[in-house]
Amino acid sequence: MTAPLSNAAFDVFANLLKTRSGLVIGQDKVYLLETRLASILKREGLADLNALADKLRHLGAEAIARDVVEAMTTNESFFFRDDKPFQHFKTQALPRLLAARAPGVPIRIWSAASSSGQEAYSLAMILAEARTVIGDRKIEIIGTDLAREQVARARTGVYSQFEVQRGLPVQFLMRYFKKEEGGWRISDQLRAMVQFREWNLLGDLRPLGKFDIVFCRNVLIYFDQPTKAKVLEATAALMPEDGLLYLGGAETVLGITAKFAPLAGERGVYGLATSAAHGPRVTAGVA
Amino acid sequence: MARTCLVVDDSRVVRKVARRILETHGYAVVEAADGQEALNACRAAMPDCVLLDWNMPVMDGITFLRNLRQEFGPENPCVVFCTTENDMDHIEQAITSGAQEYIMKPFDEEILIGKLAQVGLL
Repeated sequence: MTAPLSNAAFDVFANLLKTRSGLVIGQDKVYLLETRLASILKREGLADLNALADKLRHLGAEAIARDVVEAMTTNESFFFRDDKPFQHFKTQALPRLLAARAPGVPIRIWSAASSSGQEAYSLAMILAEARTVIGDRKIEIIGTDLAREQVARARTGVYSQFEVQRGLPVQFLMRYFKKEEGGWRISDQLRAMVQFREWNLLGDLRPLGKFDIVFCRNVLIYFDQPTKAKVLEATAALMPEDGLLYLGGAETVLGITAKFAPLAGERGVYGLATSAAHGPRVTAGVA
Repeated sequence: MARTCLVVDDSRVVRKVARRILETHGYAVVEAADGQEALNACRAAMPDCVLLDWNMPVMDGITFLRNLRQEFGPENPCVVFCTTENDMDHIEQAITSGAQEYIMKPFDEEILIGKLAQVGLL
């Protein structure tokens, strides 16, 4: 029998997660702590979450703290998740960008909170399919995630039989994957198109550079309002005037920040609020 | 009218699982236990979709598929393989023989429904 989680111990987890990752958990999420952290308890030989919280209170618990944050923030991902944003990217955003940028100018795409890499690789597949229209243009895809283990997995690009059947058309499986022991490995061609980096969305994003397209889906839902606003505003600062932001189905910018405005007639696609796509840009004072 | 799916598998358990998922999503389901039964079923009433096992007695799935395409043309009905065969050779053979999609067992509702959505049947 394990003791119920004390309030003090709960606070240890809640504070750790909030500070490190922005993840906000309520008392109703105790079950999530129990299921997600079970393997850490076992590995550390701890009786229950109270004992784990004790450990986290002491200095030198850095490695465990990191494991706890990773275990709690790792979310399932799949190829071409929700499909619609990828369709929009393929048929609207990409052609528009190719037309708007001079031939030598690279296009940069960010998969924020890239998890095990499926979103970034889905984008890479779209680009590979469109290579005749893209030509020699350099297009970079950067995937970032807080969790070191996920970044490593994404770089390896090996997926289980279950994962390659969720959202991935069989034609793409045939074209871009090879079966090997332990799963299906994504082709070197696609891996070369994507760079994965360990990065915290709450940290300074500027070193990542500018992004024409940002996929930041199903991340904000875990944050409180001020954190959402902070991440969205920092993201806006990385984008050119005609950049586009894709959010998850349950997410919005409305009531959170005025930096972005929804694209007319589209769900989940946002442009910068000052950009020409949403009305004439105010240029008063420009001589 | 409800879309119809012919579920071809020599395992009654698999047919039952597939039937339950398909019916939940509005399909009318017909079952066949091997390729020959499936071919007869198609001749009697063409389904919108065939969920097709590979290894079966009497006539296997790939032979059924080839016969089906020869008799009824390359497009309809939509054929989704659903088999424990999970290597690239089998997948390529299935697709070049005229299957539209391929499911590697074990499958669950999400995979089956996702594949049907991909081929435009949901």
